[in-house]
Amino acid sequence: MNDKSVSIDRRPWTKRPACCESRDPCIEVRDLSVSYGGKLALRDVTLAIPLGCITAVVGPSGCGKSTFVGTLNRMTDLVDGCRVEGRVELGGHDILNGRTDLIGLRRRVGMIFQNPNPFPLSIRRSLTLPLRRHGVRNRRILDGKVEGILRRVGLWDEVKDRLDHPALDLSGGQQQRLCLARALVLEPQVLLLDEPCSALDPIAGGVVEDLILSLRGRYTVVIVTHNLAQARRVADDVAVFWVRAGAGAMIEHGPVESVFDAPRSEWTAAYVQGVHG
Amino acid sequence: MPDPSVSPLPSLSEHRVDWPDRAVASLVWLVALLVTGSLLWIVGDLARHGAPELSWSFLTDSPRDAGRAGGILPVVVSTLMILGICLAVSLPMDVGTAIFLAEFTRTGGLLAHFVRRSLDVLAGVPSIVFGLFGNAFFSIYLGMGFSILSGGLTLACMVLPILIRSTEEGFRSVPDEYRKAAAALGLSQPATLWQILLPVATPGLVVGLILGVGRALAETAALLFTSGYVARMPSSVLDSGRTLSIHIYDLAMNVPGGESNAYTTALVLITLLLMINVLTFWIADRWLHRGITHR
Repeated sequence: MNDKSVSIDRRPWTKRPACCESRDPCIEVRDLSVSYGGKLALRDVTLAIPLGCITAVVGPSGCGKSTFVGTLNRMTDLVDGCRVEGRVELGGHDILNGRTDLIGLRRRVGMIFQNPNPFPLSIRRSLTLPLRRHGVRNRRILDGKVEGILRRVGLWDEVKDRLDHPALDLSGGQQQRLCLARALVLEPQVLLLDEPCSALDPIAGGVVEDLILSLRGRYTVVIVTHNLAQARRVADDVAVFWVRAGAGAMIEHGPVESVFDAPRSEWTAAYVQGVHG
Repeated sequence: MPDPSVSPLPSLSEHRVDWPDRAVASLVWLVALLVTGSLLWIVGDLARHGAPELSWSFLTDSPRDAGRAGGILPVVVSTLMILGICLAVSLPMDVGTAIFLAEFTRTGGLLAHFVRRSLDVLAGVPSIVFGLFGNAFFSIYLGMGFSILSGGLTLACMVLPILIRSTEEGFRSVPDEYRKAAAALGLSQPATLWQILLPVATPGLVVGLILGVGRALAETAALLFTSGYVARMPSSVLDSGRTLSIHIYDLAMNVPGGESNAYTTALVLITLLLMINVLTFWIADRWLHRGITHR
């Protein structure tokens, strides 16, 4: 399981890579509120997610972290009775607009879920199915992309002899890396990770975490995590969500070092010190 | 200090028999044996009475002397034609309606509610009523007369409710994770349905199919009114044709001395049913593996 191809400096908040220096926003969220069946779940979130950086969304259960991330690729559309208000701009386009091309949006904004969810297909077809659906038909190009992306997530050596075996035969950590490959093979701009390591054992989780770190600069990453140590290790920016007056809200947002070392909110201070949450 | 209200820990060396436990276990075994036993008994009885008359010529000859002599070839052909029409019509409607109920109206809606209720009522309607309907609608109103086509369509109406509810369950049993993953990858709904949900829902479809085929092959009442009971070799779907079940019924009830051929026909019917079951599972298995082996 150890993945030599990805070696990452894991010291917390070392100097930011150049890609993150510019701090140009990739996604701008303004006054975002979400309700389910009339009950407010998220209230007035405003933040900018910088291009090429990793933004961690942390907070206790039920504070709207997953809901927030779900609005960024409109997965909230799948939930009956879900109402989203506000603006979410990606490349200057408000994706909450009713005329947004959802298929195009979800190709630009990939998503990984808490539980690995590979399709009941072979490893190869798990990757070629989305590619074919997005117009890649040439067998040689498909084979090349499959190998390239599996090398990218460090799975190639583990699965190259069984590409036509069921993806569900893989271990949990391998399945999650395959899901990451499945999302990356479409070359998205943004990756949403909803607690990607929390269903994995610590070693498999560590491999996935290293992979996430290796995405910095190439993709804009938003990661939901319960694990504050993980947020501290991987994130450039941190957004702290909390339950306020019965609904989720963002109580603090900023570079990881300031949120952890000099929090403005007393709630954040208690949370990052492990007193609450 | 041990709590005096709790009995002391039992010694591990003294094995005590837990009689209620054993009684329940025995009962469960008994019931299971009873069910399997009755099936074996029926099949064994059929084989004992039917096998002596079973021969290649029984399968390839036409009936003679009202079925007392000769074979059952025209009857087998009519049966397969009726079954073929029934499945060709009902399967596409089944998959379409099940997808509508399970994927497009997941949480309800008036139309879905109405469709579901109608199917439940239809599933409980006695087959003779389907026969009367088929006779009035297909045979008389649409002018198909007593024909294999009319019989096949009537059977299709009869098995549809069973097929649809079972296929719908198949779709509902597909984990939501697959739908979320597919949506997050920007797969369109038709692609998601065809490539991912349908293969996973296939076991439900297969169960419905086997129940439906069983019901169709067993049917006599509905077919007496629609496909009739002419035992000649049909030359088209507009000819009347007699199915195996009707042949058994006719030999056992109306033809003195026909019992032995009735038994043999029943043996053929059971064998046909088993073959269709095995074939269905085999095809479904291939279909399920399609996604894994194909590129």
